[in-house]
Amino acid sequence: MARRADQILFPTDSGLYCPDGDFYIDPLTPVPRALVTHGHSDHARPGHGAVLATRQTLEIMAIRYGEDFTAQKQVAEGPLRLGKVTVSFHPAGHILGSAQILITPDDGPRILNSGDYCRTPNPVCLPWEPVDCDVFITEATFGLPVFRHPDPLAEARRLLASMAEFPERPHLVGVYALGKAQRLIALVRQAGHQEPIALHGALQRLCDYHIAQGIDLGPLVPATDAKGAQLVLAPPSAFASPWVQRFRDPVLSYASGWMTVRARARQRGVELPLVISDHVDWPQLTATIRELSPQEVWITHGAEDGLMRWCAMEGVPARPLRLVGYGDEPE
Amino acid sequence: MKAFANLLERLAFTAGRNAKLTILAHYFRDTPDPDRGWALAALTGTLELRQVSPSLLRRLTGERVDAELLALSYDFVGDLAETIALIWPEPEGALADVPLREAVALLQSTGKLALPGAIATVLDQMHPPERLAFLKLATGNLRVGVSARLARVALAALGSRPVEEIEEIWHGLVPPFQPLFDWLSGGARPEAAALAPFRPVMLSTPVTPEDLQALTPEDYFAEWKWDGIRVQAVAEGGERRLYSRTGEDIGRAFPDLLDALDFEGSLDGELLVRRGDQVASFADLQKRLGRKVISKAMLQSHPAALRAYDVLTWQGEDLRSLPLSDRRARLEDLPLRSPRIDVSPLLRFTTWEELAALRAAPPSAVIEGVMLKRRDSPYLAGRLRGPWFKWKRDPMLVDAVLLYAQSGHGKRSGFYSDFTFGVWDGADLVPVGKAYFGFTDQELQELDRFVRKNTVQRFGPVRQLAPLLVVEVAFEGLNRSSRHRSGVAMRFPRISRIRWDKPAAEADQLQSLIAMLPPAEVEG
Ligand SMILES: [Zn+2]
Ligand SMILES: [Zn+2]
Repeated sequence: MARRADQILFPTDSGLYCPDGDFYIDPLTPVPRALVTHGHSDHARPGHGAVLATRQTLEIMAIRYGEDFTAQKQVAEGPLRLGKVTVSFHPAGHILGSAQILITPDDGPRILNSGDYCRTPNPVCLPWEPVDCDVFITEATFGLPVFRHPDPLAEARRLLASMAEFPERPHLVGVYALGKAQRLIALVRQAGHQEPIALHGALQRLCDYHIAQGIDLGPLVPATDAKGAQLVLAPPSAFASPWVQRFRDPVLSYASGWMTVRARARQRGVELPLVISDHVDWPQLTATIRELSPQEVWITHGAEDGLMRWCAMEGVPARPLRLVGYGDEPE
Repeated sequence: MKAFANLLERLAFTAGRNAKLTILAHYFRDTPDPDRGWALAALTGTLELRQVSPSLLRRLTGERVDAELLALSYDFVGDLAETIALIWPEPEGALADVPLREAVALLQSTGKLALPGAIATVLDQMHPPERLAFLKLATGNLRVGVSARLARVALAALGSRPVEEIEEIWHGLVPPFQPLFDWLSGGARPEAAALAPFRPVMLSTPVTPEDLQALTPEDYFAEWKWDGIRVQAVAEGGERRLYSRTGEDIGRAFPDLLDALDFEGSLDGELLVRRGDQVASFADLQKRLGRKVISKAMLQSHPAALRAYDVLTWQGEDLRSLPLSDRRARLEDLPLRSPRIDVSPLLRFTTWEELAALRAAPPSAVIEGVMLKRRDSPYLAGRLRGPWFKWKRDPMLVDAVLLYAQSGHGKRSGFYSDFTFGVWDGADLVPVGKAYFGFTDQELQELDRFVRKNTVQRFGPVRQLAPLLVVEVAFEGLNRSSRHRSGVAMRFPRISRIRWDKPAAEADQLQSLIAMLPPAEVEG
């Protein structure tokens, strides 16, 4: 008798567990064997017995946690047999190295865990790839119809317009160190900004890694003093620290999908909210479900009520996994 | 509409005055007529549009979006216009920009029955930012933190004109202000077309006892400085208006005083609430401000009055070029019939010491110092140093404990420089005011360090502090307030000194603040 999907993969306190292959996906606590979708710290944690991930995700984890972040690592290339299931990794379009993980059991439904994903073209990573599946596991970070991310290049142009409008004022943009920082740089380069861009120290190593992976980010300089580049990138936490005091009358900005909502932008205290996201927005999320037309949708985290409602209207069986511990990458 | 939407968005998130002026000036420079004129009208509250009710917008949206998804979204976003702007079904393909003038025309001239369909059609031609701008216009709620005055200052910069010149003709102009923009770009100056126009006011600068030593007492008139609202009361050609000192027409809130302007001329003076001879506190005056409908009871309990101190025009004659001594003589002889208008009396003094003594013991709690005006000076627009001085009473002081901190912007960006402070009420500290600290860079840094070290909790950008640090707070006045937990509200509080030396337990008690309140007032 064929196995049911929730016998092949189910939530535990440590995250999603597959008994047939004896592994966890993006586990929240140290486990003997982890499959990791991407390097964001809410998905990729140190201390596992073995980690299977894309080469770039493994390298990013080594940069963040040190070479000994796990006892054993294995690069995901092609379909792999783990116990009684086959697993394969497919680009997710979220950040460099990000992957969706497909579990194909010998006898039962194919389950695709998309991790975090995005379908807007992103110059710093491979595009999302459609994968045939029976159960689609999706995030719902922006799972409400109010989230329609604008063209990111237009947002980058808004940033450059503000820099032209206030040429005397440094523009400090809050970005996460992995993914958002490099994407924003690539976007403003694409929008025509050739000047050096200054980086807060916390962004340096991951930018260097992207450059080493062949991604052109143009001239970058350290933001050691207030003079120099007009455009400065920093992790959002730096805005609340004395580091920001070296800049005179800065324009504070923040690049995030949450900036769609004014109250969120106000809460951040920023003057120039930029809506740039590495996650699917509502139209992409719903279009993806229609496109894959899975038999069932599982929702890991985010605004699941909205997506549950949409699935009900579409007649797609859906259930929330209510996984806790995922969300915005901790700084 | 794209440019207008961008303007509103930038203004809504920009706190600094100069940055706002830059954004406004660029918008007025780069936007064609008549759109910039309609934008100016929207910002200055001079745009008369049909108001669209939230329930109509809800209904329109409900026809297009699932009710449950709309409710979940509204819950998350927290603002109806914003929710609708974001959730409205996105049109297919490229769109031509809907000019602001078309959106305005729609909201001005569409009939009630056709309105819902017209709104839906125009929303179908826009993207979220423009939809939000349109919906904010339609609901009459721009909320971008720009005063009409600030918009005029930006216009003045655009045309390299003093803002007073714009204020002088402002009330004769109507949206979309074509003659104004023509003038600012080099054309002819529009004539002051309004009846009973506003005339730019003469302002004073502060003076210290040391400054006074260089001045001759005989050259000056002195009078009380009343804690009311500076107004210009104009009755000309059958039109009666009450202007604030920036040229805002505030007459609607003071029909009783408009009734009293039974003359042909223009008076400069202080707007007060006065019961018989008794001038009421600023708090009483505030109750009359900004109301669309003033109840009969309010007119009875809070009667408005004018205390005149200058006459600018009379019976068609412009008196502004005369020396003050002449204008004053004319003022004292005016046949003012209404008991709601009186003339601000002159103070008798021959030396600065005598004036200082008067200033130290004013006959009313609503007096906030003395005014000094040069006898030989004509009435000149703007804030010139010399002809008019204000010599304010010494501020009230209280020692308070810092409770919350928020980082500032502009030069103070990144520094915790905006503070909420409180005083003791028994064993509790109750907040009594907010102020920012504007002293030396070093003090700013020390305070910032204190805040970071003593944060006990964070709420978004606000930090709650351990109640350890005492500051001396100076303020210009104190009112009763039912909106504040402490029951008192300070006027113009500022932190005048950091008391690193003083233990928090020795900060002031709420009781001592309450003792500083003016005598209890008649409630209306
Ligand atoms: Zn992620
Ligand atoms: Zn995530």
